[in-house]
Amino acid sequence: MANDNQQLDDMLSQEYEHGFITDIETDTIPPGLDETVIGMISHKKNEPEFMLQWRLQAYQHWLTMKEPHWAQHHFKPIDYQEISYYSAPKLDKDRPKSLDEVDPELLATYAKLGIPLKEQEMLAGVAVDAVFDSVSVATTFKGKLSELGIIFCSFSEAVQEHPELIKQYLGTVVPYTDNFFATLNSAVFTDGSFVYIPKGVRCPMELSTYFRINAASTGQFERTLIIADEGSYVSYLEGCTAPMRDENQLHAAVVELIALKDAQIKYSTVQNWYPGDKDGKGGIYNFVTKRGDCRGSNSKISWTQVETGSAITWKYPSVVLQGDNSVGEFYSVAVTNNMQQADTGTKMYHLGNNTSSTVISKGISAGRSQNSYRGLIKVAKNAKNARNYTQCDSLLMGDQCGAHTFPYIEAKNASSHLEHEATTSKISEDQLFYLLQRGLSSEDAISMVVNGFCKRVLKELPMEFAVEAQKLLGISLEGSIG
Amino acid sequence: MLEIKDLHVKVGEKPILKGINIQVQPGEIHAIMGPNGSGKSTLGNIISGRGGYEITDGTIYFEGKDIHEDLPEQRARNGIFLAFQYPVEIPGVTNIYMLKAALNAKRRAQGLDEIDAMDFITLVKDKLKALKMDESLLYRDINSGFSGGEKKRNEILQMAILEPKLAILDETDSGLDIDALRTVSDGINALRSPKRAMILVTHYQRLLDYIKPDFVHVLSKGKIIKSGDHSLALELEKSGYEWINDETTQSS
Ligand SMILES: Nc1ncnc2c1ncn2[C@@H]1O[C@H](COP(=O)(O)OP(=O)(O)OP(=O)(O)O)[C@@H](O)[C@H]1O
Ligand SMILES: [Mg+2]
Repeated sequence: MANDNQQLDDMLSQEYEHGFITDIETDTIPPGLDETVIGMISHKKNEPEFMLQWRLQAYQHWLTMKEPHWAQHHFKPIDYQEISYYSAPKLDKDRPKSLDEVDPELLATYAKLGIPLKEQEMLAGVAVDAVFDSVSVATTFKGKLSELGIIFCSFSEAVQEHPELIKQYLGTVVPYTDNFFATLNSAVFTDGSFVYIPKGVRCPMELSTYFRINAASTGQFERTLIIADEGSYVSYLEGCTAPMRDENQLHAAVVELIALKDAQIKYSTVQNWYPGDKDGKGGIYNFVTKRGDCRGSNSKISWTQVETGSAITWKYPSVVLQGDNSVGEFYSVAVTNNMQQADTGTKMYHLGNNTSSTVISKGISAGRSQNSYRGLIKVAKNAKNARNYTQCDSLLMGDQCGAHTFPYIEAKNASSHLEHEATTSKISEDQLFYLLQRGLSSEDAISMVVNGFCKRVLKELPMEFAVEAQKLLGISLEGSIG
Repeated sequence: MLEIKDLHVKVGEKPILKGINIQVQPGEIHAIMGPNGSGKSTLGNIISGRGGYEITDGTIYFEGKDIHEDLPEQRARNGIFLAFQYPVEIPGVTNIYMLKAALNAKRRAQGLDEIDAMDFITLVKDKLKALKMDESLLYRDINSGFSGGEKKRNEILQMAILEPKLAILDETDSGLDIDALRTVSDGINALRSPKRAMILVTHYQRLLDYIKPDFVHVLSKGKIIKSGDHSLALELEKSGYEWINDETTQSS
C-alpha cells in the first residue's frame, strides 16, 4: 500500500513538472477537468507544493468514485467536463448597470427582507464604483481580532500566511477520500474561509461571511476550516438570507470544524440558493459535506441550519464525539416548496465516554416537494454512557408533497441511552382560520404557524440572523396555500 | 349593521343552514340557542368568512355592504370578531405576539400607525386585570396548555383589544366556573356600547342573566324556528326545545 502511494505521488509530481505552461494568463480556465486544470488552479493561487499534491491525490481518488444517486433524489448525471473550475469575477461590462436592469421579482424579495439598497446592488451583481462599507468594517474587525491572536481570513490567504496550520488540520475531519463531492471539492476548491481561535480566547463577535457581498461571490467549490484551540469559543455564521443567484448548478462545499479540549464552536447557516422555478427548472444542486470533530475532552460543536433554497440539498452536518464528555448538537429547519428536494440530517459518532448529542429537525414541505430527514446515531463499542435525544417533526402544507424520516441507530455499547421522537402533521386549517379571523393576512398567518413550528431551532440562531430567518420562512412558503 | 336574508349553506352535499333570516342593529344583543348540531357555529363561521362551505342562496350584508366575497381577514379588520367555541392552539407563537400583530393589522387597514410598544403593554395589562387573567398567559403559546376557562377568557381578551363592531361569541360560557362566568360576563358587558352589536351563542339561560339580550332566537335543524325576547330563554330553560318543535310542527 505504502509503496503504491509512493508510486502514485511520484507519478503525479512528474506530470506536473511540465504541467502548467498553457494559458496561465487568462482568467478563466476552459471547461473540463484533468490534472492540468488542477495544476493551473494551484498555480494561480500560488500554493505550496503540499497543497498541489493533496489536490492531485484527491483527484486520482475521485476518478475511482461514482456519482451517488440517492433513492429520494432525482437529477440527471452531471457532466463534470462541462464545468469551468476556475473563473475570475465577472467583468463590469457584463454586469447590470443599475437595479433597473435587475429582475423585479428578486428586488421585491430583497425589499421584503429589508435589505438596504446598497447591499441590494451588490447582491444583484450591479457594477458599483463606490467602495462598499463592509470592506472598511472588515478591516476594523480584523485589527481587533488579531490583537487577540484570532486568525480570520480567506482560505487562500491562510494557505499563504499560515501553511503550517493548513498542513496540520486540512482534511483531518473530512479526508479527501470521504465522498464523491467532498473529494471533488478537495481537488478543485477555489476559496473559502479560515478561522483559528487561540487557546483560551473567546471570540468577542460573531464571525461571518457577514458581508453579504462576500457570501454572494464565494464560488462553487468552497472550503472552510475552523479550528478552536483549547478552551476557546467561536460562533460562526455562514450564508445570508437574500436569495442568491448563480449560474453554476453544482455547489459542493466542504466545512471542517475542529474543537480541541474545552473548546466550543457554534456554526450557523442560512442557505437560500436559487431553488429553480415552479416546474423545477434551473436551481442549484447543493451537495455539501460538513463535519465537526470534538477532538478534545469537554468540547462542544453545534450546527444550526435554516435551509430554504436549492433545487436539491444533500447535507448532513455531523459531529465526531471523540473527546470524553464532548457534546454535539444539530438544529435544523429545512423548507421545500414547488419541486425542491431536500435530504438532510446529521450523523453523530459517539466515540469517547459520556458524550451526548441532541438532534432537533423541523422539515416543512409544500408544493410538490420532497423533504427527508436522514440521521445516524452511532455509538462505538468502547463509548460508555453515550446519550442522544432526537426529535424530528415534519409539517406538510398541501397533499402533493412528501416528508420522510430515516433515523438510523447503531449502538454497540449497552450503557448508551438514546431517545427518538418523530411527528408528522399537516398545517391545520383551524390554525390558519383562527389567525385570519384575527385580521392577519394569509401570508402572515402561515408564517406565524411555521415560525412557531420552528421556534426551537430558530432560537439557536444569533439574534439578527433569527429575525431574518423568520421573514425568510414566510417568503419561501408564499403562495403555498390556497 | 348585519342583515342576513334567506341564507342557505351546504357542506359538500349536506344542507346545514336552510333559510336563515336575521337582522342585527348597532347596540343590540342577540342570543342564539338551539340543540347540538343545529348550525349555530356554522352561522358564526359563515359570517366571518370561513372556507369550506357553499352558500347556495341568500345574502349577508354588513354595514350595508354585501360581504360574501370578502376574505376572512378583511371582515375581521372591518370589525367582525368571532370568539371560537373551541379556541385553537398554536405552538411556538406567544399570545402577546399574535395580539399585537392582530391589532396592528387592523390599525394598518384603518390607515393608522402601528401601536407604540409601551402603549400596547399598558393596554393589554388593563384588559388582563379586568378579566382577572394572569399576566403569564401573555407569554405562553397561544392557547397551548390553557385550561378550558383560560381559553375562553383569552378569546374575550382578544375581543377587548380588537374592539370589534360585531362580536359573535360562540359558547363562551361553556366550561366556565361560576366565578369565571361572572368575570367574563363583566368583561363582555364592559364592551357593550350603542355602536357595538353582539351575537351570543349559548346553551344556558344563566349567561343571559348577566348579559341581557334584546332578542333570543332558537335555531333548529338549520332554521330559526322561533324568536322572542329574554323571556323565551327562560321558557326554554324550563321546557327544553321539544315544546317549540311541537308548536311549530302543529302550526305548519
Ligand atoms: N365541515 C363539515 N363537514 C361535515 N359536516 C359539517 C361540517 N361543519 C358542520 N357540519 C355539520 O353541520 C351541523 C351543524 O354543525 P354546527 O357546528 O354548526 O352545530 P352547532 O349548532 O354549533 O352545535 P353545538 O351546539 O354542538 O356546538 C352538524 O351536523 C355538523 O356535523
Ligand atoms: Mg357549535
